[in-house]
Amino acid sequence: MYNSRNIIIGLIIFAGIFTFPFILNAVTASGAPEPSLDTPEINALSAKECILDTDYMTSNHMELLADWKIAVVRDGNRIFVTDDGREFEMSLQNTCLECHSNKADFCDACHNYAKVEPNCWDCHVGPEVLK
Amino acid sequence: MGLTFSLLLVAALILAVFLGVEALGLSFLFAIVIPYLAIATFIIGFILRVVKWGKTPVPFRIPTTCGQQKSLPWIKQNKIDNPFSTAGVVARMALEVLFFRSLFRNTKAELVDGERLTYQWEKWLWLGGLIFHWSMLIVVTRHLRIFLDPVPGFVRIIEKFDGFFTVDLQNVYITGILLLAAVTFLFIRRVVIPQVRYISFAADYFPLLLIGSIAASGILMKYFFRVDLVAIKELTVGLFSFSPVVPQGVSALFYIHLFLVCVLISYIPFSKIMHMGGIFLSPTRNMANNSRAVRHINPWNYPVKVHTYEEYENEFRDKMRAVGLPLEKDGSEKEAAAAKE
Repeated sequence: MYNSRNIIIGLIIFAGIFTFPFILNAVTASGAPEPSLDTPEINALSAKECILDTDYMTSNHMELLADWKIAVVRDGNRIFVTDDGREFEMSLQNTCLECHSNKADFCDACHNYAKVEPNCWDCHVGPEVLK
Repeated sequence: MGLTFSLLLVAALILAVFLGVEALGLSFLFAIVIPYLAIATFIIGFILRVVKWGKTPVPFRIPTTCGQQKSLPWIKQNKIDNPFSTAGVVARMALEVLFFRSLFRNTKAELVDGERLTYQWEKWLWLGGLIFHWSMLIVVTRHLRIFLDPVPGFVRIIEKFDGFFTVDLQNVYITGILLLAAVTFLFIRRVVIPQVRYISFAADYFPLLLIGSIAASGILMKYFFRVDLVAIKELTVGLFSFSPVVPQGVSALFYIHLFLVCVLISYIPFSKIMHMGGIFLSPTRNMANNSRAVRHINPWNYPVKVHTYEEYENEFRDKMRAVGLPLEKDGSEKEAAAAKE
């Protein structure tokens, strides 16, 4: 091989860049978080289900909250009616956090894992502040 | 032909993974086996390809030059466009890799009124290429958020700048949209301009369509058909820490995205996308133009068996003297001189 010194250095840099997720994760990776449902309000429920289907809520809760914000702030509509006719107040603090009062173990569990910094708490008051 | 073939191939790939996951339940194959095979193919294939290139001798200095060569002291040298030293080569290579300087020189030749040849300013290819490559780099770097646990700080900083604009309460990553726009532009350019279309093959269309599909599926997942990010991160972190898992609740859209990425990276060592390594090994880019100052010996010169004139004369001296041919070293002269004394 010609210019083998430069080529080998280049290839080591290449391999380093494209394998470092393996090396880093082998050292630091932890398992996926399990958002805790252990709050007095949820434990008191007979059927442990959110206002909508859990799978839908896992993927789309941010969309739902964004829709709620528009409905409340722009249209003045504070009542959310599910497909099967149940009614909820569209409120992060009064509805969501009523059951999920454990923000640190519920919201933050996944958000920290996925490094998401939602802008909810720019305006809303988190439960840890309320206490 | 190449265009139709590429379109059909990408459509077939998408259909294959969709049916594979949805109808046949091959999540394990598409979530674990294929990604590992793809990563191995990419890294090993890339290295083998570069080693193969490294074995090719480059006999002469063949830099492409766009400026004055180093010459007499009172002639000003263009140090970057016609580099004489390694530093000049590094500067030129860095400008090429980071800013596509040679593409910036692109011009469009056109016949005006059917007879007058004109060369026009044409920067759109450069601009499209630059946006495409830089967006690609930033998008791939942003994906480290899903690959790594914990997420390094610099990824978050890039995300903050990239997601500066907020639409409907959520950050819109500008590079994702620019990537799709630029790759679409590069594709349309190939199809619409007749001269470019004439020199385009399936190998040119296919990567563009593949990257376009990857970008589109990513954007769909991010803004339109939300996916369970935590489950996906569990899958990717599992892959990258050699403890693979197939979590529940991962949508087919994600499998399409993942599979197309696998196809792309395993295709790299066999395709034009190898230019990411090849640019550094381009003889016209990585050599200093110093052939007048430094002697470069052809690396494939082998020791040639020669028969010098001296040896020839030694072999035939007697016969040459006998027929009166002139000799450089005449043994008889010495004898004659000795006889005189």
